Amino acid sequence: MTKGSAGSRGSVLLDVKGLKKYFPIRRGLLQKTIGEVKAVDDVSFFVNRGETLSLVGESGCGKTTTSRCILRAITPTAGQVLLSESGETVDVATLPKQRLRSLRRQMQMIFQDPFASLNPRMTLLDIVGEPLLVHGEGSPQERTDRVVELLRLVGLRPEYMRRYPHAFSGGQRQRIGIARALALNPRLVVADEPVSALDVSVQAQILNLLLELQETLGLTYLFVAHDLSVVKHISDRVAVMYVGRIVETAPTEKLFASPKHPYTEALLSAVPKPDPRLRSERIVLQGEVADPANTPPGCHFHPRCKYAQAVCREKAPVQEEIAPNHFVSCHRARELSLRGVAISISSKSFH
Amino acid sequence: MQTDAKPLLSVRNLRTNFFQDEGTTKAVDGASFDVLPGKTLGIVGESGCGKSVTAQSILRIVDHPGRIVEGEIILTRADGTEIDLVKLKADGREMRAIRGGDIGLVFQEPMTSFSPVHTVGAQIVEAVLLHNAVDRKEARRRGIEALRSVGIPKPERRIDEYSFELSGGLRQRAMIAVALSCDPRLLIADEPTTALDVTTQAQILDLLRTLQRERGMAIMLITHNLGVVAEMADDVVVMYLGRVVEQGRVDDIFHDPKHPYTKALLQSIPSIESEPRVKLPTISGSIPHPFNRPPGCPFHPRCASYIAGRCDAQEPVLRDLGKGRKASCFLYQ
Repeated sequence: MTKGSAGSRGSVLLDVKGLKKYFPIRRGLLQKTIGEVKAVDDVSFFVNRGETLSLVGESGCGKTTTSRCILRAITPTAGQVLLSESGETVDVATLPKQRLRSLRRQMQMIFQDPFASLNPRMTLLDIVGEPLLVHGEGSPQERTDRVVELLRLVGLRPEYMRRYPHAFSGGQRQRIGIARALALNPRLVVADEPVSALDVSVQAQILNLLLELQETLGLTYLFVAHDLSVVKHISDRVAVMYVGRIVETAPTEKLFASPKHPYTEALLSAVPKPDPRLRSERIVLQGEVADPANTPPGCHFHPRCKYAQAVCREKAPVQEEIAPNHFVSCHRARELSLRGVAISISSKSFH
Repeated sequence: MQTDAKPLLSVRNLRTNFFQDEGTTKAVDGASFDVLPGKTLGIVGESGCGKSVTAQSILRIVDHPGRIVEGEIILTRADGTEIDLVKLKADGREMRAIRGGDIGLVFQEPMTSFSPVHTVGAQIVEAVLLHNAVDRKEARRRGIEALRSVGIPKPERRIDEYSFELSGGLRQRAMIAVALSCDPRLLIADEPTTALDVTTQAQILDLLRTLQRERGMAIMLITHNLGVVAEMADDVVVMYLGRVVEQGRVDDIFHDPKHPYTKALLQSIPSIESEPRVKLPTISGSIPHPFNRPPGCPFHPRCASYIAGRCDAQEPVLRDLGKGRKASCFLYQ
């Protein structure tokens, strides 16, 4: 995605409309449903071909549930997940089970924990070649050739393909996971916290690899993360979630430089900056993240929002486009002037 | 580090090894640093650098088969006397009085560090009774006070709850309350915010700063997060594979790093202030396994300024560069 068109609705690959996922809370002998956890509560967004959209938010905000609904790892309660597939559009949310397998070629996932997501009893060849085997691609020799190609692509030496995962470091294992995700030439790659389990010196290597692969293969990423510095580094656009809802979506630079939702502002200010000269006044949010089983009325963020007014307690805000491609759900978005993060070229310039 | 104040804790040439069947792991390999009273010392490093084992060595809670094989850990007690913690018996009376008394500890994972079958209150009361000659009623009163001081709402009710009834942020606050219940002069915080969300992390860091101001205690903050160190620390120690590679004041470390590892680490972190979608400079390779520790300088296989024939043959020592600055690198010796 080029910078100029960042954020506008272009060639949409994934279009999520009104996605909901409620988990029932059951109690007692008869497992009667006594309530619902609204993990994802009416979420809509789109991802253009070749771009990276990040879903950010704190634990329990529903970002992982959203990504799992998109992959149909779990079936959503309501809403549409529209994926463009060679000219036609299919709704992943309601697709019959038999058709899911062929669809999963299009969508692959990179997992968070490179130690837990690789089978310790399988060699690299088996791990990376498994998606090919499952989908009945090629002869054994062709599959091996493809694995060699994939390992080279992610910066691993093909000579290692008879080894087991334990012989590799965290960063190398994450490369194996990426190779496996790319085996079937997917269009959409969902990466759920792909670098959060890695050491800082290795994070940069994996982030660079993801950027490179996107350029060479034209991949589309849905990136799920909690670390805003990582998100800023990889995304074209960012969607911020809070208690099951998206509160703000904007092109990366805009969102960081001039956030329009008070939660985004607080989130940005809470990130510790790696510069002791910037020990600035931080906005420290009071209280706790709301319980998705017992959400506050009106705007979910109002109990912690310092700008909250009567209307925020009564009515849930609707998403509106406040500036081109900048969507926000806040009653006061137009009147507030919120603080973002400046890009400091001086201290961190590597060009 | 400044020399005007007498250090509260002085670690000298500490070596802690783990003796396993596969071989000896030198988890801490000659670390030296001082913690000054009322100041925050940040210890940064990636996994396997020995930062947590250093903390465990100070508290003498290194797990079997680990053992301190060399070095001194000098603690200056409230009455001015100095005591070498390495010479004490790990489970002896004096060490038990220091652990939790003079030195408080906050762990990374508040969920696993609390007992799930005892109330939070029972665990605070236990700590208070262990270190003070008070009765149960007074201990409970102090426990409630400790919970209140860390910003837990309705402490008189919360004290009778179990740790699983608290949220992550409240649990970490309760953990800090336990550590503070006996008025320690040094608080060792091992990755205190790593398991928390950013907004909760901001709350806990704020709390630590306030408590430090009120009580004048020293904090030894162990973390891999350079942002947290930049926000909190007065002085910084950078560790790599069991060694201190660089130390100095926080501003110097971040704005004028000397050691190639510190430099590379600072450049490779994605920052919230950098431009989006620009490739980061990286450190090549990964951290070697402690069994395959490279000869010479442990960082040389990944170092950009590596001097062939020198860095892979000899071990650099930590050199004083003036103004409290020390680095262990052949570029400076």
